Amino acid sequence: MRVTQGCFSFLPDLTDEQIAAQVQYCLGNGWAVNIEFTDDPHPRNTYWEMWGLPMFDLRDAAGVLMELNECRKVYGDRYIRMSAFDSSHGWESVRLSFIVNRPKDEPGFRLERHEAGGRNIRYTTKSYAADRPEGGRYGGK
Amino acid sequence: MNVQSMTVRGKDRYKSGVMEYKKMGYWEPDYAPKDTDIIALFRVTPQDGVDPIEASAAVAGESSTATWTVVWTDRLTAAEKYRAKCFRVDPVPNSPGQYFAYIAYDLDLFEPGSIANLTASIIGNVFGFKPLKALRLEDMRLPIAYVKTFQGPATGIVVERERLDKFGRPLLGATVKPKLGLSGRNYGRVVYEALKGGLDFCKDDENINSQPFMHWRDRFLYCMEAVNRAQAATGEVKGTYLNVTAATMEDMYERADFARELGSVIIMIDLVIGYTAIQSMAKWARRNDMILHLHRAGHSTYTRQRLHGVSFRVIAKWMRLAGVDHIHAGTVVGKLEGDPATTRGYYDICRQDFNPMKLEHGVFFDQPWASLNQMMPVASGGIHAGQMHQLLDHLGEDVVLQFGGGTIGHPKGIQAGATANRVALEAMILARNEGRDYVHEGPEILAKAAQTCTPLRDALEVWKDITFNYESTDSPDFVPTATPAM
Repeated sequence: MRVTQGCFSFLPDLTDEQIAAQVQYCLGNGWAVNIEFTDDPHPRNTYWEMWGLPMFDLRDAAGVLMELNECRKVYGDRYIRMSAFDSSHGWESVRLSFIVNRPKDEPGFRLERHEAGGRNIRYTTKSYAADRPEGGRYGGK
Repeated sequence: MNVQSMTVRGKDRYKSGVMEYKKMGYWEPDYAPKDTDIIALFRVTPQDGVDPIEASAAVAGESSTATWTVVWTDRLTAAEKYRAKCFRVDPVPNSPGQYFAYIAYDLDLFEPGSIANLTASIIGNVFGFKPLKALRLEDMRLPIAYVKTFQGPATGIVVERERLDKFGRPLLGATVKPKLGLSGRNYGRVVYEALKGGLDFCKDDENINSQPFMHWRDRFLYCMEAVNRAQAATGEVKGTYLNVTAATMEDMYERADFARELGSVIIMIDLVIGYTAIQSMAKWARRNDMILHLHRAGHSTYTRQRLHGVSFRVIAKWMRLAGVDHIHAGTVVGKLEGDPATTRGYYDICRQDFNPMKLEHGVFFDQPWASLNQMMPVASGGIHAGQMHQLLDHLGEDVVLQFGGGTIGHPKGIQAGATANRVALEAMILARNEGRDYVHEGPEILAKAAQTCTPLRDALEVWKDITFNYESTDSPDFVPTATPAM
């Protein structure tokens, strides 16, 4: 399966040139771009690990791409995403978020059903990969 | 038009009998509205031979303190404060016999935080007043002091996006079709296919409540099976608007509670449940971390005709106060009524923190929203993937695009239809962010994306010639060059 979180997951994986263009769009809008990675892609795992701090005051996407490639060297077997933060009043949250790196093999999720009264079912979504300890998922180091 | 005050003052004002409204203090051309006044703009069409100033003063009178004759009991009150004051009457450009009447209302006339109370005055008796041929409420200026007495949207656009973990693109939805007749089991099938294929939301239609072919509990259970299956299949948060519209508040609360218990992120209501019920559900939604979708069922009965009724821009303002998170606000390019400029005005009312006066969009007043949450506009009705560049251009990024037929009617099935829409959308956002002229290069961008996506290729082929080009019945009265004084 393919985890389709983020803005561009239905398109073929973005090239570095395409990633740079999106980052430049964010910087042009005054948003700070953050690189985040995880090996627990549960749909409600909000807090991926931060690769450093959001890059405030940056003008050129090349700096972000350099950091991305550093991050890939260490966590190339995990999901990596770009998140752009807009600090303007009335928003003060993420404006754009998209996946820029993913494991070679994505085993996906299992849906567990716990039957309750009145035909109710309690659902639990579990990542097959996350059954293993952090760092050992997706055949990684 | 703006002649002198004719108000009779002192003892003579209260002599028993009938007096013209414009003499009773409802026409005050020198009145300067206070920052705390509510201002209403009406389109007044007087009966033949009726003086437009008198007709407009009558609207002010009948929507505030007046009755048809002088009453001495006025003298027991601070009557001058409570009288609504018409302070300006302009002929409508290029529309003989129609006048724009600006009327100011003191804030003390209204109960805080109650749409029912506001509307009982402003669109109460006055719309049936005999000396008028027709009357339309075009716009309202709501003072901050009044706005702050309302909760506003239960969730708001930003928090909705945070909860769904979806940023930087319009959300995608589809209304389950056929809207009537599917069993719960079959209905959930449509939801599953559409969500797994790439949509973020599915939606009950306005008249799907609890009928012989499908009772509400059955629908909720099958829909949540579909939502959870699709979440597991994609790793994304998914939702389906479970319509809790019912005959009584008790029934609606019961259905909403069940939706929450099942883990739904969103519920929906119809406009026809009434303003008070809408406010109650908005409070319920805030208490229960639920996104609240409003389907504007019934609005066209009073919003569509230009001469009589209430403009949708006013309904949108009331709904933002009342506290819904989603509101259907037009598509421009789809099958339902919607002039581009007028629709832009509605979208601004939903999403901006401050609406500047923009007559060319039908927005007559500066409107501060005082940090009230934003409402997500929803575009639904006769739209398809081939229009993606136009939709993005007209409607922007913070909108739900609902492709019902445009998903379910895909020749290769519902999943393929959903995928076509999602790929078209992502390709267009990517191109826009890259700085391309996506409005003009739209068809080219879609064709390129279709090279690696067969469902999109099929969709573009099937619907390539579908457009809905009809004259709009409700376009702005002012062209962009007009600069009227205010």
